[in-house]
Amino acid sequence: MFYAVLEGLRRFKIPHNFEFVSIISLYARWIREGRLNVSSAWNTEGLKFTVQDPCKLVRQGIGDEVAEDLRFVIRQVAGEENFIDVWPNKSNNYCCGGGGGALQSGFVQNRRACGKAKFQQLQATGADVVITPCHNCHTQVKDICDHYNGKWQTTHLWNWIVKAMI
Amino acid sequence: MENTIDLSRRKEELRNHIKDVFPESNLDYCLTCGMCVSGCPAADIEGLDPRKLLRMFVLGQEEELLSTRWIYTCTVCGRCKHACPMGIDVGRIVYVLRGMRPKDQRPANLQRSCELQKAGNSTGIPNEDFVWVVGDVLEETRQNEPEWAGLQAPIDKAGAEYYLNQNAKEPTVEPEEMVPLWKILHRVGIDWTYSSKWWDGANYCLFPGDPKDWEETLRKQVEVVDALGCRYYINTE
Repeated sequence: MFYAVLEGLRRFKIPHNFEFVSIISLYARWIREGRLNVSSAWNTEGLKFTVQDPCKLVRQGIGDEVAEDLRFVIRQVAGEENFIDVWPNKSNNYCCGGGGGALQSGFVQNRRACGKAKFQQLQATGADVVITPCHNCHTQVKDICDHYNGKWQTTHLWNWIVKAMI
Repeated sequence: MENTIDLSRRKEELRNHIKDVFPESNLDYCLTCGMCVSGCPAADIEGLDPRKLLRMFVLGQEEELLSTRWIYTCTVCGRCKHACPMGIDVGRIVYVLRGMRPKDQRPANLQRSCELQKAGNSTGIPNEDFVWVVGDVLEETRQNEPEWAGLQAPIDKAGAEYYLNQNAKEPTVEPEEMVPLWKILHRVGIDWTYSSKWWDGANYCLFPGDPKDWEETLRKQVEVVDALGCRYYINTE
């Protein structure tokens, strides 16, 4: 999980020789540099996409810059017109309700109540696909979709990049 | 005449503890404006929200603070801090409260995920199993998809430019989810590697609230990545 490494390196002043990066920033950079060629031509049915901004990557991590990269990649992969943003979003986004250990802590009813704002927000987009670049988000967004009778599919980003690779 | 609350004998041990371990906590800065509550998905659950939590410190309600389950429904998402005009980091205060609980009084699975990660990875599978699964899935992909016959998934490749980890859920529960990432990296043509010694990207030890455990697991990762000599550490989530 991005924040635990980023903040831990700072807080504990751990000397290291590497640069710490998110795969999302790299996807965007590689597409911009022409090293990863993708096309939305596969999306002939106009499948609509929206996104979950992981709190630990966006608000607490890199900030809006990585949220923009995330959207850039989805738009390239799914088609500009097929991305529907959530509101509020990016650094101001609502938490999915499953992070910070909530999924492991076992208070299921509370966790689902906490995820209700997220469900309503995602439901309002009418999207067919919700991209969740974090595993806690992935598990929680899938669970609240089932629990509150949503219809979207909850997926990682990498499956769609491969689908769009040319 | 109405009685006023007598705060002269309120309990302050907990406040002092928070100030000791988190000097910038600024518990007294709260304006009670409620900006934190307006975007908090955990507001009202267990009767609490970030603003009320801070009020409990002011009123010296120590027993309630130490026993509330709200600290495990708050996901420490940081939206309250983002909205707070005084910059109060309620999430970090929640971590301190979590860490004050004896280990046997914390949610068992949460603590277990951290203990397992200290021993290697959050699912507790042996590292050899990770190596085997990666090899097996790679071989299967190469055989079933001839166009990907040259696909690679290097492990412990010293001097690779990029170190990569995966959430432990992938090799253990959904190994097919590793393949798309390998294909992307192959197409881009970067020189990357996993480590058989530390391959889990989850970092659960942040959550139970013991900074020492968090630091311990992070130092192990730093050791592994630097020993491989990788220039970049890619986190996949």
